[in-house]
Amino acid sequence: MVFDEADRIATIELEQDRDVVRARSRVADAMKECGSSELMQTRFVTAVSEVVRNALTHAGGGTLAIYAMPNKRQVGIECRDCGKGIEDIDAAMADGFTTRRGSMGRGLGGAKRLSKTFAIDSSPGKGTTVRMIGACSLR
Amino acid sequence: MPDKILETTLEVLKEDAEGILADWIEQADEDGAKRIDLFSEKEERDQAASLLRSFRLGVRDASKDGEFDLQDEHWADLRGILSEITHERVERGVLPGEMAALILALKTPLFERLTEKLESDPERLIEEVLLLSKAIDAFAIYSNEVFIAEREQVIERQRDEMMELSTPVVELWDKVLTLPLIGTLDSLRAQEVMESLLQAIVERQAEVVIVDITGVKTVDTQVAQHLLRTAAAVRLMGARCIISGISPKIAQTMVELGVDVGEVRTRSSLRSALMDALTSVGVAIRPINDDKRNAK
Repeated sequence: MVFDEADRIATIELEQDRDVVRARSRVADAMKECGSSELMQTRFVTAVSEVVRNALTHAGGGTLAIYAMPNKRQVGIECRDCGKGIEDIDAAMADGFTTRRGSMGRGLGGAKRLSKTFAIDSSPGKGTTVRMIGACSLR
Repeated sequence: MPDKILETTLEVLKEDAEGILADWIEQADEDGAKRIDLFSEKEERDQAASLLRSFRLGVRDASKDGEFDLQDEHWADLRGILSEITHERVERGVLPGEMAALILALKTPLFERLTEKLESDPERLIEEVLLLSKAIDAFAIYSNEVFIAEREQVIERQRDEMMELSTPVVELWDKVLTLPLIGTLDSLRAQEVMESLLQAIVERQAEVVIVDITGVKTVDTQVAQHLLRTAAAVRLMGARCIISGISPKIAQTMVELGVDVGEVRTRSSLRSALMDALTSVGVAIRPINDDKRNAK
């Protein structure tokens, strides 16, 4: 999944908790502009919230880029961090996987289920990049 | 090449401080940078005078090395006064543009005097005007930065105030409490919510607590986690927790996320949660009959 053809509409540096809120409201705005239904908006914003929060808690921060896809009916995001990376991506995607006590371990899997397309790219020491596309309607 | 680049400027500042001050204020007035509605003539004059004084001191020391850098030690005094005056002006409602205009207005009287003094030496004139212009621009930018910093402080303060506002525990009836959550539930707030809620349970001897999330836009795994933990703590205190205000879209999203609310009771609206809560403490809401209503 590449965003070469897409319009980058915002870039948000993720440094602290409140940047998650900013990320969410920017993505919600982008979805609204595509004429998204509230349900689709809630779904994708929640997915974004998960990956952005991951970047913040596991990598100490990162960068979120938000794209309007060429067909204008979809919104894409790329969340990039420079953390220690994920050793076993399949394991990390599975529900119940967590490296933290008291965490649900459903973030990544949930994000995948809540987005239309989901791609994760990570290797130990290289950081993690998550790209997702959210559709504005079910059709 | 003289060893002091701003030598003539310094000379001018020493010779005719009063004149420059008067011209400056007049110029500022012309440029619309004077706010007689917010500051008295005297205050305006005092501020300008103290700025000019520290500006002269700065020029005296700074011109020795010929390079200009506002962060230098010899400009510390001016920076201090500049922030002080900017702060005062922000408080009274001066606009950032007006503050910048006030500082920039200093150019006119200084340039006029330099032109007179250095009539015979145009090269020096250009050199001094250039450097002086750079310096005054830097002060204007600096005061703008102070402005922005002040604004940011205000925003920060409001944010803190909102945090406090947003966790009110309300007693709906004897033994029934509600906590309407609005916005987001990050870890810090979740902690505050938990504390004030548990405290209130003890104080009011509550049996049922309704946590209403109608005002929470996004429930991701972290928010869900905090909610479930709060519910668990409430249960440990011997009270029952109802999470209300779960909209259809949030419900669907939570299912996809794979959030399991377990034994926590949930309701779609605060209204149905309230009915539920009242029933469990043995109270009911009933319409009063017409006779009684008319009697009032």
